[in-house]
Amino acid sequence: MMRCGDFKTSYADDMAIFDSGFARWGLGLLLLALLAVPAFASGYWMDVANRIGIAVIAALGLNILTGFTGQISLGNAAFMAVGAYATAYLDGHLGLPLPAVIPLAGALAAVAGMIFGVPSLRLKGLYLAMATLAAHFIVEFVVTHWHAVTGGVNGLSVPAAGLFGRALDSDAKLFYLIFPLTCLLVLFAKNLFRTKVGKAFVAIRDQDVSAEVMGVDLFKYKLLSFGVSSFYVGVAGSLLAYQAKYISPENFPISLAIDSLAMIIIGGLGSVLGSILGAIFITVLPELLRLGAARLSDVFPGMAGLLASLKLGAFGLAIVLFLIFEPDGLAARWHKIKTYWRLYPFSY
Amino acid sequence: MNFFLQLAINGLVVGSIYALVAMGFVIIYKATSVLNFAQGEFLLLGAYGSLVLLTRFHLPLYAAVLLTLALAAVLGLAIERLILRPLVGEPVISVIMVTLGLSSILRAVVQGIWGTDTRPFPEVFPSAPLMLGQVPVSRAYAWSLGCVGGRLVAFSLFFKYSRLGIAMRATAFSQQVALSMGISVRRIFALAWAIAAVVSAVGGILLGAVRTGVDQSLALIGLKVLPVVILGGLDSVPGAIAGGLLIGVLENLAGGYLDPLCGGGVKEVAPFVILVAILMIKPYGLFGKVRIERV
Repeated sequence: MMRCGDFKTSYADDMAIFDSGFARWGLGLLLLALLAVPAFASGYWMDVANRIGIAVIAALGLNILTGFTGQISLGNAAFMAVGAYATAYLDGHLGLPLPAVIPLAGALAAVAGMIFGVPSLRLKGLYLAMATLAAHFIVEFVVTHWHAVTGGVNGLSVPAAGLFGRALDSDAKLFYLIFPLTCLLVLFAKNLFRTKVGKAFVAIRDQDVSAEVMGVDLFKYKLLSFGVSSFYVGVAGSLLAYQAKYISPENFPISLAIDSLAMIIIGGLGSVLGSILGAIFITVLPELLRLGAARLSDVFPGMAGLLASLKLGAFGLAIVLFLIFEPDGLAARWHKIKTYWRLYPFSY
Repeated sequence: MNFFLQLAINGLVVGSIYALVAMGFVIIYKATSVLNFAQGEFLLLGAYGSLVLLTRFHLPLYAAVLLTLALAAVLGLAIERLILRPLVGEPVISVIMVTLGLSSILRAVVQGIWGTDTRPFPEVFPSAPLMLGQVPVSRAYAWSLGCVGGRLVAFSLFFKYSRLGIAMRATAFSQQVALSMGISVRRIFALAWAIAAVVSAVGGILLGAVRTGVDQSLALIGLKVLPVVILGGLDSVPGAIAGGLLIGVLENLAGGYLDPLCGGGVKEVAPFVILVAILMIKPYGLFGKVRIERV
C-alpha cells in the first residue's frame, strides 16, 4: 500500500512522481471526486472554488520563481494585471477565441516578466525584491494611464468566456475550465523539475556561483524562470479576468502580491504541493472568518464592522505564527505526518 | 523659479520625514540585518497614539509626545522579543514575510480601533507661515525640518561618542566579534528596534501635525521608504537622510512638472523609477557598503 522505505531499483522509478500504484489511483479518484463538486456546492462556494484554482496557478508561478529558483519577486500582482488586461483586450476588442486568448495572455505576461527579470543578473535577495516592487508600481502607473488599451482608472469589462460555442457564464461552468487547466499546469510544474531546465533552476537557488561554474548559463535560466513563472501568473490573471467579468486597477493592489508570497511561504517554498496547500489556506481563511463573524455577530454586535480589520489581522497573524512555528510550511508538515504513519509504530 | 523653489522646499520637508522613517529602517538593518517592512505602521501608531493622547486625554503637547515615544519604544522591544527573536538565522525571505505579516497585524489593529476615516489632528503649531525669501513656509514644515536636523545631530553624536552607540556599530560590523568582546547582542537588537520605533513615531507625529489629519494612508510611507534606503545605501544612516531628502525633492519636482503631461499620479511612481535606475547603476546606493560575495 504505502512504501515504508525508499527502495528504488531503476532511474525511472527514482524520477517517478508517484511512489506506488495506490498513490496514483488515490489521486485519480480525488480528482474525479473534485470534478463532481459543482453538483453539490452552492453558487458562492463555486466562486470560492474558482478563486482557489486561480490562486493555485498564481502561487505555483511564484513558487517556480521564488521557491525553486530563489529569485524573490513582489511583482505577482503586476503580471496578473498584464494577463488580465491582455485577456480583456484580446477577447473584448479583437474578439479572439478563448483557446487562443489564454495562452497569448500568458505569453504577454511572460514577456513582461522577462523584461522585469533583467535586473536579476545583477541583483539578489532584497535588491531584486525591490526591483520587482518597483515593477509593480510602474505597471500600475502604465495601466492607470494607458486609457486606449486599459480604460484607465475605470477599467474594462470582460466578455463571458466562450468555449466550443457555449458561453461559460456561471461559476459552475467556469469551474470546468479552471479545474482542468489547474491540473494541467500542476502536472507541467511537477514535470518541469524532473527536466534539465528545472534542475538548473534549483541549482541557481542553491548556490548560483557554483551553478555557473558547472556550466549553467545564469542569465538564460534566470530569464527563463521569470518567463515561465510569469506565464503561469499571466494565465492566472487571464482566468481572473473571465471570473471577475470586470477588471480595473483596483483588482491588482500590492496586497495581491503579498498574498501570493504568503501562499508559498505558508505552503512551503520549493514545493508544488506547498503552492496548492498555501493557496487553499489563504483563499479559504477570509471565508472562514466571515462565517465565524456572522455566527458571532449575535453575541458581539458590531462584529460585522470589524470584519475587514479581522481579515487583515488574521492574515498577518497566520503568516507570523506559521513562520515562527512551521517555517518549512504546510507541505513539510504533510510529509512529516505521512512519514510518521508510513513507519508507524516504528518511526525511528 | 518660484514654482521650482516651492516644489523644492515642499520636497525637502516631505523628504525629511522620509529620512526619519528611513533612519529607523537603516538602524534596524545595520544592527540586525533584518528588513523591517512594518516601518510605515510604526508611523501610523505614532500618529494615532499621539492623537488619542492629545484629544481623548487632553495632555499637553510635550507630555503627549514623550508618552507616545515611550510607548513606541516598548512596542519596538516587544516586537523584537516576540516575533524577531525566533527567526534569527532564517533565510531573508522568511524575515521579509514576517515583517510584512507584522505590518498587516498592526494595520488591522489600527483599523479596528480607529476606523478608516481621517481624524483631525489638533493644531499644535501656529498657523502664520514663516517667509523664506519669497516662499511662504508653514511653521509645521519648519519644525519638521528642524526636528530631522536635530535628530541627525543627536544620532551622529550617539553613534560616535556614546558607549551604546559604539556597541551598536560594533554589532553591525560583526555580531560574533561583538559577542566575544562582551557586548550583549540581544540587548543591541532590542535597542535597535526600540530606536527605530521611536524615530518612526516622531515621524508619525510630525506628519499628523503637518497634514492636520491622520488616516490610513500614512502607512504607504512605509513603502516609499524602500526607494529611499536603497538610494542612500541600506547600511548607512547619513545615506538614509541624503536619500530621503533627495527622493522628497525629486518626487515633488517630477510631480510638479510631469503631472500635467501624464495626467497625474507621477508622484507615486517617480520614487520607484528612481529606485530601478539606482539598482541598475549603483545597487548598493550612494553611501552603502559594497557586499563582496564569497563562495
